[in-house]
Amino acid sequence: MDRLMSLCVPSLNLRMHRSLIDSLEIQSCYLLSEHSCLASGFGSIHFVLLVSRQGKVRLTKWYSPYTQKERSKVIRELSGVILNRGPKLCNFVEWRGYKVVYKRYASLYFCMCIDAEDNELEVLEIIHHYVEILDRYFGSVCELDLIFNFHKAYYILDELLIAGEIQESSKKTVARIISAQDEMVEAAKEEAGSISYIIAQAS
Amino acid sequence: MNPFSSSTRLRDMIRSIRACKTAAEERGVVRKECADIRASINENDPHDRHRNLAKLMFIHMLGYPTHFGQMECLKLIASPGFPEKRIGYLGLMLLLDERQEVLMLVTNSLKQDLNHTNQYVVGLALCALGNICSAEMARDLAPEVERLIQFRDPNIRKKAALCSTRIVRKVPDLAENFINAASSLLKEKHHGVLITGVQLCYELCTINDEALEFFRKKCTEGLIKTLRDITNSAYQPEYDVAGITDPFLHIRLLKLLRVLGHGDADASDLMTDILAQVATKTESNKNAGNAVLYECVETIMAIEDTSSLRVLAINILGRFLSNRDNNIRYVALNMLMKAIAFDDQAVQRHRVTILECVKDPDASIRKRALELVSLLVNENNVKQLTKELIDYLEISDEDFKEDLSAKICSIVEKFSPEKIWYIDQMLKVLSEAGKFVKDDVWHALIVVITNASELHGYTVRALYKAFLTYSEQETLVRVAIWCIGEYGDLLVNNVGMLGIEDPITVTECDAVDVIVDAITRHNSDMTTKAMALVALLKLSSRFPSISERIKDVILKQKGSLLLEMQQRAIEFNSIVERHKNIRWSSLVERMPVLDEATFNVRRAGSLPASVSTMAKPSVSIPNGVSAAPLVDLLDLGSDDILAAPSSSSGADFLQDLLGVDLGSSSAQSGATPAPKASTDLLLDILSIGTPSPAQNSTSAIDLLSTADMNNNSSTALDTLSSSAQPHIATTASAGGMFDLLDGLSPSPSKEATNGPAYPPIVAYESSSLKIEFTFSKPSGNPQTTNVEATFINISPNTFTDFVFQAAVPKFLQLHLDPASSNTLPANGGKVTQNLRVTNSQHGKKSLVMRMRIGYKMNGKDVLEEGQINNFPRGL
Repeated sequence: MDRLMSLCVPSLNLRMHRSLIDSLEIQSCYLLSEHSCLASGFGSIHFVLLVSRQGKVRLTKWYSPYTQKERSKVIRELSGVILNRGPKLCNFVEWRGYKVVYKRYASLYFCMCIDAEDNELEVLEIIHHYVEILDRYFGSVCELDLIFNFHKAYYILDELLIAGEIQESSKKTVARIISAQDEMVEAAKEEAGSISYIIAQAS
Repeated sequence: MNPFSSSTRLRDMIRSIRACKTAAEERGVVRKECADIRASINENDPHDRHRNLAKLMFIHMLGYPTHFGQMECLKLIASPGFPEKRIGYLGLMLLLDERQEVLMLVTNSLKQDLNHTNQYVVGLALCALGNICSAEMARDLAPEVERLIQFRDPNIRKKAALCSTRIVRKVPDLAENFINAASSLLKEKHHGVLITGVQLCYELCTINDEALEFFRKKCTEGLIKTLRDITNSAYQPEYDVAGITDPFLHIRLLKLLRVLGHGDADASDLMTDILAQVATKTESNKNAGNAVLYECVETIMAIEDTSSLRVLAINILGRFLSNRDNNIRYVALNMLMKAIAFDDQAVQRHRVTILECVKDPDASIRKRALELVSLLVNENNVKQLTKELIDYLEISDEDFKEDLSAKICSIVEKFSPEKIWYIDQMLKVLSEAGKFVKDDVWHALIVVITNASELHGYTVRALYKAFLTYSEQETLVRVAIWCIGEYGDLLVNNVGMLGIEDPITVTECDAVDVIVDAITRHNSDMTTKAMALVALLKLSSRFPSISERIKDVILKQKGSLLLEMQQRAIEFNSIVERHKNIRWSSLVERMPVLDEATFNVRRAGSLPASVSTMAKPSVSIPNGVSAAPLVDLLDLGSDDILAAPSSSSGADFLQDLLGVDLGSSSAQSGATPAPKASTDLLLDILSIGTPSPAQNSTSAIDLLSTADMNNNSSTALDTLSSSAQPHIATTASAGGMFDLLDGLSPSPSKEATNGPAYPPIVAYESSSLKIEFTFSKPSGNPQTTNVEATFINISPNTFTDFVFQAAVPKFLQLHLDPASSNTLPANGGKVTQNLRVTNSQHGKKSLVMRMRIGYKMNGKDVLEEGQINNFPRGL
């Protein structure tokens, strides 16, 4: 497990923190009262968020309806709260009547938002489950893997959660399904490659 | 993919973005990439689509707009190849949300893919549908999904099950269709399918009573057996987490048992054994085990009474609470709040530990612990707990003080055994965290102080002492100057000394120093300064020997930048000048005892809206109704009457004329609460002129022996406004008094006439909901109206997720504050929400508003709409 905890910090990524999300203008909405915009959610997980220590978003997945504006607002608010919390505090933050469970692995914060009465400890397990699957897939996963292969991180998440609920408790099964799909993509690529080779030959 | 393509690869784009050193540089790179992608989209080359969308998703994650790529997702999804579909669905879930209409265009592709021969394509479609489907799509595609629950491959079955949970959440009517399919999933051996099947059943049980009954009858025993098997199963490496076999499945099963056992003694009985087994046998040294225990305790607390199990649950929580892991302690605090409901004593035993948690360095734990402590307080332990909390208030973080002081205040108010203790504790809180204390809290304190007549001397001395040390705490200063103004003589003469007090010597000068300090300090706000000014006026009569000094201080405020202060200073100055000649005793005498019951009612009504306490003493006071027109009327005769006070018997003349003793009638009307509920009590406190006109109107009516007269000044006021005769009579009396104020301008009195003239309206009424609006105008701004909307649930069902939305035409501006709650309890439950409307065509057009109300009743969404046209004119 130690190997996981030390998700290596990419040396390239030493730029100072500056949140791009900040540059988006958020206009306050006068017609509707503010809290009405937030999802009147159900389901165990409302959204998943991966944020780097510098506040960069590495993955976002929304299971309850949030508009784009709300999404950037949520990300900005939460990364502000979570990145500023000290190291030995508990992994839960109360936020707008919801709870956000987060866990830090090396330079990355994995956050999941749940209802106030849901089981926080289980969500910690789900986060860890996800990290273990990522680790197995990439082989000692680090932040750079998730940056350059962000779509793969999404594919894996989609095999783990649907509609904010967990769908598979076996890491092996997830790995098997992902690799079966990867093989299909590879096969299609080879085929396309050979076709374009033939076209190139012909011309 | 395309070897002839000129555009950069995804990897290269990410690299170049990461190489940027400034935000501007990054924007440049992204702009160029977006332009390339747009160009490529326009060329419509299918080979680049895949890569374009991948790039767009990365750009989207950085927070840039990517709407122009939405159609590309649809094209990719519609293409035959698996790689294209895979990225297309990913883009669909990432770039779109269920509210976008583009999504409707994908329904057909989804339908085709759900029937695809390749199971992985079916899986992609199910996943996308489960994550973003809207209600319409749910209806259209439900039959396909229902069929797929029986699919041969478990991978598809589990996805279809979760997809169904989303569908029934979106369209609860469809729940019945899924009951049979869901119950078949409970017999599965495959863990993924079982987990999702249990989840689907749980979902169905929560939204459909029939489903609940069905599963309770048919499946309870089967589920218990499954749970027993999994708990007792041998080590399975595939599912093992820290010694527990599949904690996720454990938790789902316990959750479903919870809804099945809740409210049903038979089902609860059946599960007793297995719950006891899980509670005792589960390893609690790792998070996974604790997660299972957590769920087990939740289930034990929710099912029908089995007291031995509950002891077990409480013991687990006790163990959690003493755990070193912060997460576990947090969870324990949270759950103990629920446990109080059935075993208060057991929770009380952990009081000391819980109090320690209030002082934890972790804000999340502190907050939970504080909530829990406030639930633990009762008459017996209030003194001890309050002492602990106040002691901690001194050393707590600044940002925690607000929460903490609010909690202490509410505890003290609720459980205080005696007044002196209440006053003591409140003074301590104000001294330590006065700047965080809300207005209604210190208003309540003043109300209590006026009611405790035997403690006036004690309180004012304690406040004086506190002021000397903690003069930076705004609300402490306010209460102190109010009390010194009222009870200054008790302070100086050490009246009503209690045995516990240390004697202090305060001269009249010292007392005035305090007020002067408050009024001259630059960071005092308007309310404080206005209160200080009133206090000075009062002290000028209490301390005749230094009234010259007081006059000087008041005069200085003539130069204040605040109009209100200027005006008051001028008025008060002329009052003080005439002091020596006229017996103004009734004007500056002590405030009558404030009525606690009325205050509490009013406070409860306006709690979430912190009422603006800007001191406008005589402008918007309710009693001003009678006074206001009088001043106008009197303008013509003012010269004559002005002459009267110059004679030594001026006031006597007025009183004689009316034949009443002002002093005694003040006692009568003083006891009556202020007649109109539209203003804040504080304004009454501040309004020095209040008692007089009210009394005079009463007495005037007395004099004229009008019908149905009584001592209730509010009825008197009503009579007053309707009948002309008493009007004139009061004119004479009140006018005489107001004239003495010389410079009273007619403009605020105009407003005073308007002020309470807006009656509350019933804005909307349906069979289940009633909405009432009450209005008030912030003075000085006739265009703006503050509306307090009260939503009353008149149905026998509780409303949840209550949302009020309003729209107004262009000439109006509307601002909504958050509502006090989003839940309305059944049978008369209330929620209030404040609205501020600015009418740019004030005087020409009246207010109009469309509104929409959404809430959940019995799990069903209800939407009500309406237009409100019956606003009072002139708002």
